[in-house]
Amino acid sequence: MSDANAAAGTVLLDPTGELNPTAIPKSTRPESLAGLTVGLLDISKPRGNVFLDQLESHLTALDATVMRFMKPTFTKPAPVDLRHEIASQCDAVIEALAD
Amino acid sequence: MTGDNSAFDNSAQAVFSQRDSSSPSLGQNVNMSTTQLSPTAAPIRPVLPDGLVVFVKRDCATCELVSPVLADLRDRADSVTVYTQDDPSFPDNLSDVIDDTTLEMSWHHDVETVPTVIRVIDGAEVERTVGWKRTAWEEVTSVVGLGTDLPDQRPGCGSLSVDPDRAAALAAAFGEAVLRSRRVELASLEDDIEAMFDRGWSDGLPLVPPTEQRVMAMLAGTTRDPQEVITLAPPDLVECTVEKIAINAVMAGCKPEYLPVVIAAVEASCTDEFNMHGALCTTMGVGPIVVVNGPIRDRIGMNYGINAFGQGNRANSTIGRALQLVIRNVGGGRPGEIDRATQGQPGKLGMCFAEDEAGTPWESLAVDQGMDPTDSAVTVFCGEAPRIIVDQQSRTPESLTNLLAEALLATCSPRMIYGIDAMLVLSPEHMARFVDAGWSKAKFREEILARLQVQTDTVLSGHNGIDEGLPVEFGGAELPKFRPGGLLLAHAGGPAGLFSSVFGGWVSGAKGSIPVTKKIGS
Repeated sequence: MSDANAAAGTVLLDPTGELNPTAIPKSTRPESLAGLTVGLLDISKPRGNVFLDQLESHLTALDATVMRFMKPTFTKPAPVDLRHEIASQCDAVIEALAD
Repeated sequence: MTGDNSAFDNSAQAVFSQRDSSSPSLGQNVNMSTTQLSPTAAPIRPVLPDGLVVFVKRDCATCELVSPVLADLRDRADSVTVYTQDDPSFPDNLSDVIDDTTLEMSWHHDVETVPTVIRVIDGAEVERTVGWKRTAWEEVTSVVGLGTDLPDQRPGCGSLSVDPDRAAALAAAFGEAVLRSRRVELASLEDDIEAMFDRGWSDGLPLVPPTEQRVMAMLAGTTRDPQEVITLAPPDLVECTVEKIAINAVMAGCKPEYLPVVIAAVEASCTDEFNMHGALCTTMGVGPIVVVNGPIRDRIGMNYGINAFGQGNRANSTIGRALQLVIRNVGGGRPGEIDRATQGQPGKLGMCFAEDEAGTPWESLAVDQGMDPTDSAVTVFCGEAPRIIVDQQSRTPESLTNLLAEALLATCSPRMIYGIDAMLVLSPEHMARFVDAGWSKAKFREEILARLQVQTDTVLSGHNGIDEGLPVEFGGAELPKFRPGGLLLAHAGGPAGLFSSVFGGWVSGAKGSIPVTKKIGS
């Protein structure tokens, strides 16, 4: 047995998913929201609409155009079609999370 | 998450390099040669020399018996090659015996008994015989008058290459490169247990190091191909193979015979209906609860009696843990990251128990879910920690049902109506109240559901100075506490104790999680 082998440590099998995710660069943050379309995504939690109504009035006061969207359930990621709809129609999106 | 390992990882995918292994899980030290296998090539099977090839070991009375015969064959046959599995100086009366203490030759040529005599022509086996039988040896060797002073026949002994204690090590050493996972080589001075904590693989408790040998041994617990993709593990939606499940099952402390249960639990939890992703991200402290039914329970020694939900039973404790480790390590679901549980619950370390089927004439949970009574199956239920329901005074089924209903109405909170499922697990003493009175499971279900109707006026938001509750539009109605099919019923526990338990659920139905039952494969 070679010296290299004698000095080697335990070999384990990797229990993880071994992901090598592609890094997707973020879009540049707009300087101002005036004239932009901002999407508000309601995740269907109780009173999420109350919070988003408040946001809508603030954003409108900043001269942004607001579009409202809703996920079918908060328990699963937003459907792909909804994400595409938001991405193709909005310049920015605000998502109301948690409770 | 894998970036942390880059300083330590072995980049070769499937290189087996063997060292002296003194793993306590093996019966003895196995002296292994250094064998390098490429990821894509099949292992090279060493060729037997032409002529007669004999495999023996010293620790075998029959091999001892036939050593004069081997000397005789050396004189009379063209070529006789002898491999010894344990002591290269055996047989004492022969020279040029080949050392096969690595068992490489024996393993590759499927030697199961010693002595084995093989006739080889042009590198190919023509015929073989095992043990000692004069007529068979004379036929294989084409030499007559062998061992005339010996008994006509004697059975052989077990070959060391099929010793169960060595099977995993030999498979890892000589077998095809079945393992595809990246190898992580630890530094020689690195503590195995600490190293796994450092890499973020742990759920907080120490893990069993998943060496190639241990994983090979674990994979022997299933007939499925290690590269079979069982599911996409959330939240990262990573392909989860049998091999990955086996690695995490080793870490959890499972035995190989538990692996089919773990596989079924992973399969069930990662369905769209069960919605493991949602169960992970939620702020509610819920996790998959695994209930096992069928013959496998006793085969692998599961506990459905005293302390059924608690510690002390290896199968119960490690199967649930293995599922959680798969979600953590393969799926990437970890507390503080995707897992946002406010308080969580101890069952998120792992929660698995078996149902007591023999102790009641009622159908099992798996049968309720559509399985055959003879099937082994797992049901995964997304739930909180069990809550005790105390009733030590009811002696009639009606009284006990009343109490159980009263307790069930408070599951999650009395104001939670129709939104969550629950699993009621009756103890044997409580079960006896119903069985003694001749109540079937269907009768019990009918009776308890009738007592779980809620007058919505009593649970409206604002009622009794409490903001939580149903919107006022729901007033003046009657609603069931649980959606149809939302109350699961099972049976487990020790023989004494007038307590049952309820596991409250999470968001029920298609918007949340639906309990899923899967048959356990081989």
